[in-house]
Amino acid sequence: MSILVNKNTRLLVQGITGRDGGFHTKKMIDYGTNVVGGISPGKGGQSVHGVPVYNTVADAVKGTGANTSIIFVPAAFAADAVLEASEAGVELVIAISEGVPTLDMVRISPYLQKRGTKLIGANCPGLISPEEAMVGILPGGIFKKGNIGLMSRSGTLTYEMVYQLSTNGLGQSTCVGIGGDPVAGLYYQELLQMFEEDPETEAIVLIGEIGGDAEERAANYIRERITKPVVSFIAGQTAPPGKRMGHAGAIISSGTGTAAEKILAFESAGVQVARQPAEIPELLKKLLKY
Amino acid sequence: MKIHEYQAKEILARYEIPVTKEILCYTVDEVQVAAGQLGFPCVVKAQVLTGGRGKAGGVKLVRNGEEAQTAAEKIIGMDIKGFTVEKVLVAQGVKFVNEIYVGITIDRNTKSAVFMVSREGGVEIEEVAHTNPDAILKFTIDPDLGVAPFVARKIAYALFDDAKLVSQATDLFKKLYKVFIETDASLVEINPLVITADGNLLALDGKMNFDDNALFRQPAILALNEPSEDEKKEIEAKDKGLSYIRLDGSIGCMVNGAGLAMATMDMIKLYGGEPANFLDIGGSSNPQKVIDAMNLIISDKNVRVVMINIFGGITRCDDVAKGLIAALEQIKITIPIVIRLSGTNSKEGLEILKKANLPIVETMSEAAEKAIRLCEDILL
Repeated sequence: MSILVNKNTRLLVQGITGRDGGFHTKKMIDYGTNVVGGISPGKGGQSVHGVPVYNTVADAVKGTGANTSIIFVPAAFAADAVLEASEAGVELVIAISEGVPTLDMVRISPYLQKRGTKLIGANCPGLISPEEAMVGILPGGIFKKGNIGLMSRSGTLTYEMVYQLSTNGLGQSTCVGIGGDPVAGLYYQELLQMFEEDPETEAIVLIGEIGGDAEERAANYIRERITKPVVSFIAGQTAPPGKRMGHAGAIISSGTGTAAEKILAFESAGVQVARQPAEIPELLKKLLKY
Repeated sequence: MKIHEYQAKEILARYEIPVTKEILCYTVDEVQVAAGQLGFPCVVKAQVLTGGRGKAGGVKLVRNGEEAQTAAEKIIGMDIKGFTVEKVLVAQGVKFVNEIYVGITIDRNTKSAVFMVSREGGVEIEEVAHTNPDAILKFTIDPDLGVAPFVARKIAYALFDDAKLVSQATDLFKKLYKVFIETDASLVEINPLVITADGNLLALDGKMNFDDNALFRQPAILALNEPSEDEKKEIEAKDKGLSYIRLDGSIGCMVNGAGLAMATMDMIKLYGGEPANFLDIGGSSNPQKVIDAMNLIISDKNVRVVMINIFGGITRCDDVAKGLIAALEQIKITIPIVIRLSGTNSKEGLEILKKANLPIVETMSEAAEKAIRLCEDILL
């Protein structure tokens, strides 16, 4: 088991004829992901890496029975692409596109809720259930199958973390990059619940960042609902207020959203917080009594 | 992106939200003329892209020409949190009976806009949020409904009993939401919105921030951008595919990925050093990017040591190593560097760097420690 993506994932790639879309389609196929179709208006009937291209998501779903879609279209068109997938009945949408306007995300959110569509991102690296399916731009080779569930707002920091887990013999059930934008799809609470219910996941790693209060909310949720051990790391402990640290969501505004507040919230909820990424494997081993 | 108070009020006025009569001035003489035109008393307000102007002495009420002169001389050119005051707003003095706070921003948790109002206007809202959070009323705005007339009325009734004020506020709140949506703002704030002595609503101040991701479709807003010297550097970096923020320390950082870049800064601080910058070079082994990044880092004269921390994901470590060598051959660096490379094919990558006699370390903590040691050696 794993969460969200697995051997049954039937994936569409929106923007498959673009440079990034094409490149990562190949990577995902090589990893073993079942990529069943692509979408690029005006290019229906062509094929990319052996994958049939459709003009619309509706056509693609009809033609392939897809249940998941990944989006590589430019930021200005990303929200429309998410809506198109949702309307066509796709259950899980992963938006990789970077720089999507916040109000676009606000506008599409009620429709996704109404349709029951799960969204990850935008501005995220995607997700992977090792040895089953990789849906994103993740470096598949560093992941190992196992029992750690991981969620993160960051990209390379996640890879750093995963690399240390894998080299320490701690494989992963599923790793999800939720993205660095202020308004995003699935977040800590939903994913914590999924990992809690996944029989294969034994412990959870939550990699947070400065900005907003999602970590504080996650801490409350963990205290009330999560029985599996959770460990965390918060990036941006030394970030100055008012400066956007790469991610649009990573900004400390008027004294809230600081790393210190988040660490305190986690520690008071019984979540152990690593002072540096290298401590995570040790904390997990102690908790799991390996 | 932030804009000045006078620019925010110009936008509000365009949406027919009542704002104070005011004139923008660059010199003491202009302030005198403006004050004469508006009449006394009036207020001289520093226009800087940072908060806390009042506390810093950047806002002065003046009752006559002499006071206007003194205030203008004092405020123009003064430093507020590192920003030099180059222009001031001279605004008509207004008699008022009450100060209200009104603001709209994005609530990450409900994934919608939130309308915030408080009867305790005039002071910094963060302070109210801290000392008396119940005094701030929050209304989550359904994106499908927007601020429909009934929503605006509901918010207005939460503040006022008087029928005339409710009617004015209802109209104003609808317009304020329209501004927020149509300009892709991330924050619109009127603090204070006052009830004047003759019983009308008037915006004495205005503040607007905008979503950087949406500036591509807001050319009129983008045209208002006045980047500071540091921000100009950041914009220049962005054009080269680098995300750079200058800080005050002495250890320059070059990292791939925003989260890892933050974690690298944290690591330096954890071991007792001070990072000189945040710098995310993105994921590629392109030597030009490394050259651009290195030039950017060493343009900061405080930098004593450069710490390079790269995680090779899709771009493998051996490719990253070759890129680093190609880049370092092309630029002359007189200060020491520390390289930490990890990830896919890290063994091969480290071997390549070793052969080129570049200083490599295995872990992030080693890299931070070594960078700090080198930095201390130089300062001794």
